[in-house]
Amino acid sequence: MSKELLDKVNQKLTVNVDSAIVSAEMSYDFPVLTIHSNKIHETLKFLKEDTELNFHFLTDLTGIQTADEKQLGVIYHLHNLPKNLRIRVKTFFDINKPEIPTATDLWPAANWMERETYDFFGVRFKGHPNLKRILNVDEMDIFPLRKEYPLEDQTRDDKSDKMFGR
Amino acid sequence: MSKNANINNDTVTEEKEYSILNLGPTHPATHGIFQNILKMDGEIIHEAEPTVGYIHRAFEKLSERRPYNQIKPITDRLNYCSSPINNFGWDMTVEKLIGCKVPKRVDYMRVIVMELARIADHLICNSVIGVDTGAMTGFLYIFQWREKIYEIYESICGARLTTNIGRIGGFDKEWSKETWDKINHFLENYPKALKEFSNLLERNKIFMDRTINCGPISAEMALSYSFTGPNLRAAGVDYDVRVMNPYSSYEDFKFDVPIGQSGDTYDRFMVRQYEMWNSIEIIRQAIKNMPKDEPVKADVPEFFLPPKEDVYNNMEALIYHFKIIMGEMDVPKGEVYHCVEGGNGELGFYLVSDGGRTPFRLHYRRPCFIYYQAYPEMVKGIMLSDAIITMSSMNVIAGELDA
Repeated sequence: MSKELLDKVNQKLTVNVDSAIVSAEMSYDFPVLTIHSNKIHETLKFLKEDTELNFHFLTDLTGIQTADEKQLGVIYHLHNLPKNLRIRVKTFFDINKPEIPTATDLWPAANWMERETYDFFGVRFKGHPNLKRILNVDEMDIFPLRKEYPLEDQTRDDKSDKMFGR
Repeated sequence: MSKNANINNDTVTEEKEYSILNLGPTHPATHGIFQNILKMDGEIIHEAEPTVGYIHRAFEKLSERRPYNQIKPITDRLNYCSSPINNFGWDMTVEKLIGCKVPKRVDYMRVIVMELARIADHLICNSVIGVDTGAMTGFLYIFQWREKIYEIYESICGARLTTNIGRIGGFDKEWSKETWDKINHFLENYPKALKEFSNLLERNKIFMDRTINCGPISAEMALSYSFTGPNLRAAGVDYDVRVMNPYSSYEDFKFDVPIGQSGDTYDRFMVRQYEMWNSIEIIRQAIKNMPKDEPVKADVPEFFLPPKEDVYNNMEALIYHFKIIMGEMDVPKGEVYHCVEGGNGELGFYLVSDGGRTPFRLHYRRPCFIYYQAYPEMVKGIMLSDAIITMSSMNVIAGELDA
């Protein structure tokens, strides 16, 4: 079922949004699409407005940092409720220029989720109506979920965790 | 008022002057730490701006340092009115990642606990709507049944509020006879209490006048704001994760999905009332069809602590015990998204594993956080006292909102 969906989305996107797809694969029960960051808004708009696919429900939006710490990513989980189709859309971009277009014009629900992603990863969503921190204090000057900020104070030497630490 | 708030006070025009009111952060009627900066035109709310994050505890960052079985106590603290649902949601996410199939008996036992948790969650929400409309009796009367549910949790796992119930792969042990007696006692007597609670409020003229057409939201709006759970169903969309993406053998159970019409406070109240009746019915079905003679755990020795006597006498068990306690379980690389129908909507876990001892990234899709952003829209133009019951009928739980 899901594999067919992936093929269909892949094929439709190839026709309608040119050179957007980086890769398309299945991850467990989810079809996953990776999209070029400059085409992300166009792709999301197409996925939402296409009459057959119609992913009209934004389940989740969140950020991630890649393992090499050089890129940031934004991950969208979309859902078509009547047909019960789900898809995950990912996009990655350079950590030094973390800018992608906002999805608030497509889904108002993206507002706080994008603010949360900005708060924790520092992704700047262009066109967001009110992009400021949401869960952390306004005065904070770091983006705490980036891997460069370890959870515990690194100057402590009484809690050596060389054997089992990450 | 936060100095970065968007609402400002210089709004004097020739005709009228708005006043700014801080509702919260600690206000007895908001049931949690929420701040709303309201721009008021007399009693009418002209504009609202919620400030969230007062009890933010960095769960996602904490999860990146904890082994898989130690993340579960964190999930307790999301929606603490129905923590077993969160616990099992996390267990099922890890089971999906490692490809573990649990016995039917475990599924059914989980369903029983999850539906009890749903009753506890809805019961608090609905009785608190009563309190906020001035009807204290129902709250005091029905609240002892939450206590009975907590006693059932206690006899299963030893804890009451932050349950940390079950294990990855099943339950730690077979439930005792005492537990089953408590569940049966609950099933026998709770419907009577719920009936009386319904009689107090459901057709009560004062309550209906107070809640009908209060804080309504249309289905289109609710969908565009990604509402899920009872709040979306009250607006008339029959989306229930238990039906659409069945987990934990929910496809074996027969139950209705109640929906409302106008998405107002009364509809949200009624949807929760019906769901409580459905939950009782689901628990009855689970007990009736419970497979006998099956183990209460899956065969995943790498994740499930071995019995203590084996640890002392059996080399392999000792190794597994050590690995689990030190958090050295082997997990595959991969990313999974698993969602369950929590007390107030689709609770999702997006887990990215790089094969290490801790998740590379774990994101909680918290339904409260997502639908609470529609609150300013919903309270625009209504009275302050209506905004209070709109909020309590949305069942916004601070722990889940701020994660």
